[in-house]
This record gives sequence, C-alpha cells and structure tokens, in this order.
Amino acid sequence: MTTGEADAGLAPLLAGARDGQRRPLARLLTAIENADPGVRELLPQLFRASRAAHLVGVTGPPGSGKSTLANALIAEFRRRGRRVGVIAVDPSSPYTAGAILGDRIRMMDHAADRDVFVRSMASRGELGGVSATTWIAAAALDAAGYDPILVETVGAGQSEVEVARLAETTVVVEAPEMGDEVQAIKAGLLEVADVVAVNKGDRPGATQAARQLRAMLSTAGGRVQRQPPRILVTTATTGDGVAALADEIERQRSAARSPEHARRRAENQLGRAVADEATRRARRHPAWGQTLEALARRDIDPLSAAERLLG
Amino acid sequence: MSVEQPPGQGSERPIRVLIAKPGLDGHDRGAKVLARGLRDEGFEVIYTGLRQTPEMVADAAEQEDVDVVGLSILSGAHMALLPRVVALLRERGMDDVLVCAGGIIPDADIGPLKQAGIDEVFGPGTSIGQIARYFREHVRARSST
Repeated sequence: MTTGEADAGLAPLLAGARDGQRRPLARLLTAIENADPGVRELLPQLFRASRAAHLVGVTGPPGSGKSTLANALIAEFRRRGRRVGVIAVDPSSPYTAGAILGDRIRMMDHAADRDVFVRSMASRGELGGVSATTWIAAAALDAAGYDPILVETVGAGQSEVEVARLAETTVVVEAPEMGDEVQAIKAGLLEVADVVAVNKGDRPGATQAARQLRAMLSTAGGRVQRQPPRILVTTATTGDGVAALADEIERQRSAARSPEHARRRAENQLGRAVADEATRRARRHPAWGQTLEALARRDIDPLSAAERLLG
Repeated sequence: MSVEQPPGQGSERPIRVLIAKPGLDGHDRGAKVLARGLRDEGFEVIYTGLRQTPEMVADAAEQEDVDVVGLSILSGAHMALLPRVVALLRERGMDDVLVCAGGIIPDADIGPLKQAGIDEVFGPGTSIGQIARYFREHVRARSST
C-alpha cells in the first residue's frame, strides 16, 4: 500500500498522464479512488486539463452482457481511430469491503492495445451503481486524452440511476426474456436510457423484446421532457449491431452538448457535490457523535439531526 | 463488521490484488477459489482469466495499479513465464509490486524463481488465511521503505 502522495503533490502525476504515460495515470487514479488529500487540491487543474471527452454510461442488469458489449464497443471505437478509456465498477462486499473486479476478463482483447485504458473500481459502499469518485476518475482519463470514456456500472436492478447523472449518454443493456411489458413501463432504469441495447440478439425472443420495448417506451408524454430512447439489438459476442450502437452513441454526443442537457447535468453534479460537502462538514461538527447516538436511540428524526449539524 | 458500517470510510483502504493465469493450462478453479477467499478477507481482487501472456499480465497490473500480482500456473512453464512477468513489471517501473506464485511448482524451482524476483511461492495445501496474512504483512512493509 502506498502511503499517499500528498507530500510530493499529485501535479507530476497529472503532467505524466497528460503526456500519455500510463503509470502516472494509474497512480493518479489510485489517489482519486482513495480520496487522497492531494486530489482536492488538484481538482481545478484536473478540470482545466479535461478536454470534454464524451462520457458514456453502460448500465443494466447483471449478466445482460455489459462488459462484453463494452469490449465490442472498444473494438468499434478503435476502428474509428479513437482512444478509449473504460472505468468498470463492480460491487464491494458490505461485510468485508472486499470485491471481485471481474469485468476486465471480458475486455482482455484489448490488453495489449496502448490506446485503450481499462481501470476496474470497486463501488466501495456506494449504492447507485458507480463509486463516489468515478466522476473524478473519468476527468483524469479525459485529461489523458481518452475519448470516449465508457463507465460500466455494477449490475443494476431497477433504480440504480446514478450513472445517468454522471454520464452524458446512458446506454441501458437488456437481455431477452428479462420480463414482460409491465417491466418496460415501470419507472427507473429504462427511464434514464438514451439508448437501449437489447443484447444477446442471437437468442430467441430478442427482436420480440426489442419490439415490446419500442412499443412501450415510444409513448412517453405528460411531464416527460426527454426523447424516447432508440432501441437497438446487439450481439456483443459476434459484433452484430455494435457499429449501429456506436453510431447512435456518436449521434447522442451532440445532443448531450445542448445547453439544456448541459444545464441538467450541471444541476445534478452540483446537487451531488453539495451533498458530499455538507456530509463532510457535518462529520467535522463537534455534535456529530452525540447526534448520531441520539438518532440511533430514535430520540431525534434524521432530518432534524441533519439541520442541527448544518444549521 | 455490520452491514450498516459503510466500508472504506475512515478505515484503511483495501489492498488491490491482480490474480492472473499466465500460459496455456486451462485449470482456473484454484485461482477462482483464491480470488473469492481474498474477497472475503477484504481485498479488492481483479481477476483476468485464463491464457494470459506475460505482457497482458504486466499491462493489466500497470493500468490497475495493484499492490500484489498473484500468478497461478499449473502447466510447468513457470520457469519461462514467471521471470518474464517480473521483468516486464520492472520495465514499467513497478518494482514495488509484490509478485507471488501458486500452483504446481517443484521445490527445486522455488529458489531460482525467488532469484528471478518472485517474492513467494504458495504450493498446494496453503490456506487462504496464510496467503492473506502474507499479503498484508508484505504490502505494508513495502510502503514503509
């Protein structure tokens, strides 16, 4: 374990990463993941160094083929001459904090490609499908010249929609036979999709599943302000449909840069940053421990407790 | 630890371990059992699967910035492959990574492997607890030097 690189400062690592060196980038990502004190100091510089890479979230249920599809997308974007960054998040154990990070195994096709950088991250207690530091890690890959950056979430159930706050374009990966039409009209994961990939397209029922999703998701109205997502059928293992998916992701890139979209994303980012900062400050409050005890005894409700610590 | 206690907050960060199978043998049950066991010991384990070249292992270790590289090998090609992994890691500036091997490795080869930079060899019968303890002790030692 490294003791942290705060003393030397992280700026040399950022400089090395921008220079295209992989070791400094990897070390910088470690510092970010560990919330090394130097990271806070580096943030303004890191953001200036970012070149506004397209941030693409890849989410969906466990086993739907997110990693394999990410692998196929890497190949497609490499054919288009892009340098691809990947952050693959897998869950941490809530009991031991240990984790098996197994997404990389599906992406070993690109292990020797110097223009692909894959980093596995454990969710470390976050429940939204990505870790708290994922957005900073994405900025580091961006500064190092990777574009697009794919963020693969933990296997998501119905409501791990955090990735949609983080990413500019969200790809929801579904597999055939995952449920009936009612599943498609429930609120949650499918709602945040900019693109839906019905993967395992060679399985029976894939085109039918895509048709059902299309029928159910195309009718969005009422207070919904967003465009219904395109539904594409892909077979990640053979590459079928992957070029069309990459086309759609690139098409979404310009949509993602619209002022409304940018503002909505900024609002989400700011909300999250304010919540994180408020938590940090509250933890430093002298009454933190006492308030925590009071809440544990149910002497106080959680919101009043929060107001006491932030007021 | 109770489930309500979020991991990684204030506690020390998890040690990152790469478990890889260099070479051509197709038996990864041991590697998977070890990966699972280390998870339960609180490690973050990156598992890269079967049939890896030394270059693939070194590149993965570099990108993942791991503290430990664990190499499982049953094919008998350890004298050719394992020193090569060490050399490639050093080429990438990763001199401070702990490199350990497990699998079927004759006692007579252990000395030469250690000469070549393999830190420790764990043969059949080693418990996961022993391996976890070795990793914790030696990764810590690494940071203080």
